[in-house]
Amino acid sequence: MIFLLILQADTLMNKSFKTEQLFALIISHAKELMREPSVLFWGIVFPILMALGLGIAFTQKAEMTERIGIIETKNDLSDSVYSIEAFLDKHAEKIHHANSPDEYKLIVKNKKLGNTVYIFQKMNWKEATILLKKGEINLVLEDKNGEIEYNFDPAGPDAQLNYLKLSKILGSSKPVIENSENIEPLTLKGTRYIDFFIPGLMALGILMSSIWGLGYTLIEKRSKKLLRRMIATPMKKSYFLISFMSVRTVMNFFESLLLFVFSNLVFGITIQGSIVALLLIFIAGNVNFAGLATLISARTANPEVGNGIISAVTTPMFVLSGIFFSYQHFPDWAIPIIKIIPLTMLADSVRSIFIEGAGFSEIVLPFFILFAMGILFFSIGLKMFKWY
Amino acid sequence: MQQFRDNDSVIEVDDVYKSFKTVEAVKGISLRIHKGQFVALLGPNGAGKTTLVEMIEGIQKPDKGEINILGKHWKGNEDELHNAIGLSLQETRFIDKLTVEETLKLFSSFYQLNKNRINEIINIIGLEEKRKSYTVNLSGGQRQKIALGIALLNNPKILLLDEPTTGLDPNARREIWAILMQLKEKSQTSLILTTHYMEEAEQLCDYIIIMDYGKILREGTLNELLKENVEEHYIEFSLDKILFHDELFKNSGFNIEWGRANNKGLLILKDIESDLPEFLNFIKTNNLQLRNFESRRKTLDDLFINLAGRHLNE
Repeated sequence: MIFLLILQADTLMNKSFKTEQLFALIISHAKELMREPSVLFWGIVFPILMALGLGIAFTQKAEMTERIGIIETKNDLSDSVYSIEAFLDKHAEKIHHANSPDEYKLIVKNKKLGNTVYIFQKMNWKEATILLKKGEINLVLEDKNGEIEYNFDPAGPDAQLNYLKLSKILGSSKPVIENSENIEPLTLKGTRYIDFFIPGLMALGILMSSIWGLGYTLIEKRSKKLLRRMIATPMKKSYFLISFMSVRTVMNFFESLLLFVFSNLVFGITIQGSIVALLLIFIAGNVNFAGLATLISARTANPEVGNGIISAVTTPMFVLSGIFFSYQHFPDWAIPIIKIIPLTMLADSVRSIFIEGAGFSEIVLPFFILFAMGILFFSIGLKMFKWY
Repeated sequence: MQQFRDNDSVIEVDDVYKSFKTVEAVKGISLRIHKGQFVALLGPNGAGKTTLVEMIEGIQKPDKGEINILGKHWKGNEDELHNAIGLSLQETRFIDKLTVEETLKLFSSFYQLNKNRINEIINIIGLEEKRKSYTVNLSGGQRQKIALGIALLNNPKILLLDEPTTGLDPNARREIWAILMQLKEKSQTSLILTTHYMEEAEQLCDYIIIMDYGKILREGTLNELLKENVEEHYIEFSLDKILFHDELFKNSGFNIEWGRANNKGLLILKDIESDLPEFLNFIKTNNLQLRNFESRRKTLDDLFINLAGRHLNE
């Protein structure tokens, strides 16, 4: 769409509308792309593998295993019936190791939440500190005169969960979390993690493929002096960039389509909202990221510098935009900023169409913002663009 | 030799300057190139040849001075001039996974040329059997040929070639020369070619401009240039033993340049009848024996050494 607009503006402004040029450029870039097998792998196979891996990791509810540190105490009360050791001796299975201290294995059972296997290991504070730093444990128990002290970082959700579970059972007579009647597992379509993840992965795929495929390629072509050679002809400069963008958009379309077909077959993911709205937001996302890629690649001729710039732009988006996990965990003040990041806007819109059943009216605002931002990026990029 | 008249100049460069952050690359150069004329810009690396050519190509803008091509400035006439000029840059790499034919097709679309022209070009540059090869798989010489082919696609009035044969082996170099000689016979194209090979300038060009440090040192036809100090005789010699220092020659009173790398000397004599016997006597009294002793014609490199104190390819 943007390309058509630019083309039209071009024809109106000067009469030299050279379709052969644009056509030949598009054909050349398409051939160039298709002849690079690694492009197909990283563009198409890799996102699918990622979806498969993460999808399986988060949808199959296996037993969770958690390690807990116990600080050995040398006071007389350690024999007390309330002490951790006494409790474990009674309820947990003792595992004997030849070269390392004994461990206790305690299986906390719950039908609805799934079982959690706790491995308790005795250690001193020095060892515990090392394991905490390595992330191998997140909770350390210490017997303080018969009272259990829970040492953990309150900001860590996993540690918190372990604390809540263990504080409920340690010291009680049964190591079981009550099969609470009021837990009702959700099986509704669109509420699984994979439902959340696939639309985000699609948005991320468009970003990565646009920025690397477009931005990096332009920088590389500049470093090979190819840009310099090409503009020493009557070629229209804008056509050169437009041909790149069109080829990339078509390729992104097939990438997203394949990812969708795959996740539909494997995870049963469907589009609950409007397909037209999805296509529109897809185009807006492509325009936005293509514009961003032009801007990123406007100046440097050094692929290593380009690498750095691309990482600097994509990494924050990657981390903040809630592709893998919801950005609602970030501090409140950050959320309005996160929401206007292009990748967030695209991912949120795609997600709302996929799982909330959104139509055009829900995505009209992000559509125009993404589109307008993209055109702005592109115009600035084109102005700054160094052809040699 | 063709005669070029003043009123048929296709390129006019007037007192042009160009500096970059740390270097003044071109320091006040003026030149005129006529229709059909083949001109060499001869000079070592860093002489400012590429900067000068790139200003003519419209890639760089001069800081000062004027450039007119076919009577026009670059500003406002880009499309027209791009259509009239063919060029090859130093070491261009094309799109790796496009074939020779596809690369030519892409460039021909920029000039709106038809398929016949692509076939003609493939024929001219002799890459018929490489037509379907990816450019990434071509040898250095073949890559230069395709660069030249692209430069010739639009039947340019002006051809600008920046070091078209640097790094090529003698065979590949001669093939490129043959293509250009053929062009010279068949068309009215004017050529500017930069090079640091004196043979290239001698073989191909009617007019040679010798440059160093951003300035023109000398210019003229080959004969005009070599006429300077025409009374000098150049004699190359080698000895039966290896000399590790040239003290002996330095203090001899003769004009001798001793090349330790190849163990060869160059003797320059003004008055051969009286000086030569003296030299032979000098060799004898120093208990040396000549292994090789030959007189050769003066070259552009000799002239360059006279002017700049170093070799062209240093």
